[in-house]
Amino acid sequence: MTGAAWQITAFTLAVALVATMLMLPIGVWLAWLLARRRFPGRALVDTLVSLPLVMPPVATGLILLKILGRRGPIGSLLARSGIDIVFTWKAVVIAMMVMGLPLLVRTARTGFEQVSRRYEDIAETLGATPSRVFFTISLPLAFRSIVAGALLAFSRAIGEFGATIMVAGAIPGRTRTLAVAIFTMTEAGDDHQAMVLLAIAVAIGFAAVIFTNRLIRHDHAAN
Amino acid sequence: MITLQIDLVQDGFTLRIDQRVDGRVVAIVGPSGSGKTTVLEAIAGLRTPRAGRIAIGDRTLFSSADGIDLPARDRRVGYVPQDALLFPHMSVRRNILYGAAPGNRPPVETVLALLEIEALGDRPVAGLSGGERQRIAVARALMSAPSLLLLDEPLASVDVPLRRRIVPALERVRDELQVPMIYVTHDRAEAAAIADWTLALDAGRVVASGEIDTQ
Repeated sequence: MTGAAWQITAFTLAVALVATMLMLPIGVWLAWLLARRRFPGRALVDTLVSLPLVMPPVATGLILLKILGRRGPIGSLLARSGIDIVFTWKAVVIAMMVMGLPLLVRTARTGFEQVSRRYEDIAETLGATPSRVFFTISLPLAFRSIVAGALLAFSRAIGEFGATIMVAGAIPGRTRTLAVAIFTMTEAGDDHQAMVLLAIAVAIGFAAVIFTNRLIRHDHAAN
Repeated sequence: MITLQIDLVQDGFTLRIDQRVDGRVVAIVGPSGSGKTTVLEAIAGLRTPRAGRIAIGDRTLFSSADGIDLPARDRRVGYVPQDALLFPHMSVRRNILYGAAPGNRPPVETVLALLEIEALGDRPVAGLSGGERQRIAVARALMSAPSLLLLDEPLASVDVPLRRRIVPALERVRDELQVPMIYVTHDRAEAAAIADWTLALDAGRVVASGEIDTQ
C-alpha cells in the first residue's frame, strides 16, 4: 500500500472519529428531546435534523458552503476571527456531522422511546433530579441504541462524498477522504490506486459490521 | 391524617375524591378500573389533578387553590408499583440504594432484615421471583426515607406461600419503622388483615370510608 493510501485512510478515520465524537452529545440530546419533550418548534427541529437524509448530499453541501463560506452568515463571522472553515479539514468534519447526525438522532430516539417512562417516574419518586434520571436511567437503558446510532453515523461519515466535495473539495493531503479519493482517482484513470482504496473501504466496512454485531451480542450477554 | 381531595380526568376516566383518612395503614379497595392506582399516582406526583388538595399531615403536596404542585422528587412519597419496576440494568443493591436519602433514613441492614432480602445483594435483577422483586421495591422506597409508602397490590404477582412471608414483612415495616402506608388491593380480606382504615372506591367515586374495627 502506498503512502498516499495510508494518509487518506488515516485522515478519513480520524475526521470521521472527530465528527462522531462531536455529534454524540448534540445527537443524544436532540434524540432525548424529540423522544421525551413537547415544545414549540418540535416538528421543525425534527424536520431539520432529518433533512440531510432525504436531500441530495450535494445540495446539503451547497447549503453548508453558502453558510460557512467567507461571505456566508457564519463563515464571515469566523473569518473575522481568522478562522477558515471551507476547504479545510474542519469542513470535512462539519459535512460528516451534518450527514451522520440524522442517523444517530433517529436511532437513539427510538432507544429513548423504548425506555418505559415508568422507570423514570419511579426514579423521580426516589428523589432523583431530572439530570440524574437522565444519566442513571434513560441513558443506560437507551445505551445500545445510542451506540448503534453512533456506529451508523460513523460509517456514514466514512462514506460521505457529496457534501464533503462541495464544502471541502478534494485537496490531496488536506481534505481528500477515502470516498472522494476513490472518485478522483478513478476520474484521473489511476485504477490501481482506486482499487487499493476500494479494498480498504471494504475492510473498514467489514470491521464496522463485525464490531457492531459483537457489541450487541456482548450487551445481550451482560443483561 | 392524609387529605385526599382529588378531581382528576384521564383518558375519559374521572376520579373524584374528597376524604380525610387517618390510619397507620390505609387500604384502598375496589374492583379493577375503580381508580385505585390513579389515586396513588396523584399522591406520588406522577399525575396532576385538575383541582384539589393532597396533604400528608400539614405538609401540602398539591393544592390547586394555592398553586402548589411539588415535583415527585420533593414529595418524599415512596411508591411501589404493582410490577415493582426494579431498574433492570442495576444489581439488587444498586436498586435499593438508588434513592438512599442522607440523614434520617433507616439503616440499610435494618431494611434488608425486615424484608428478609439480605442474601440478594449483588444479584442482577433478572431472574428474581415476583415476591423478591416486590420486597426489593419496598426496600428501595423505604431507603428514600418516605413520609408515606404507597403499595399497589403488592401481593398481586405473588403466589400464596410467598404471601405469608410478605405480609409479615410489611407489618414489620409498619410497626418498626413507623412509616404510614396506603395499601391498594381488590381483596377486602387482605385489606382487613393489614390496614386500620379502608377507603372503598368504585368507578372513580368513594363508596365507603372509615376505620376498620380490629376487635
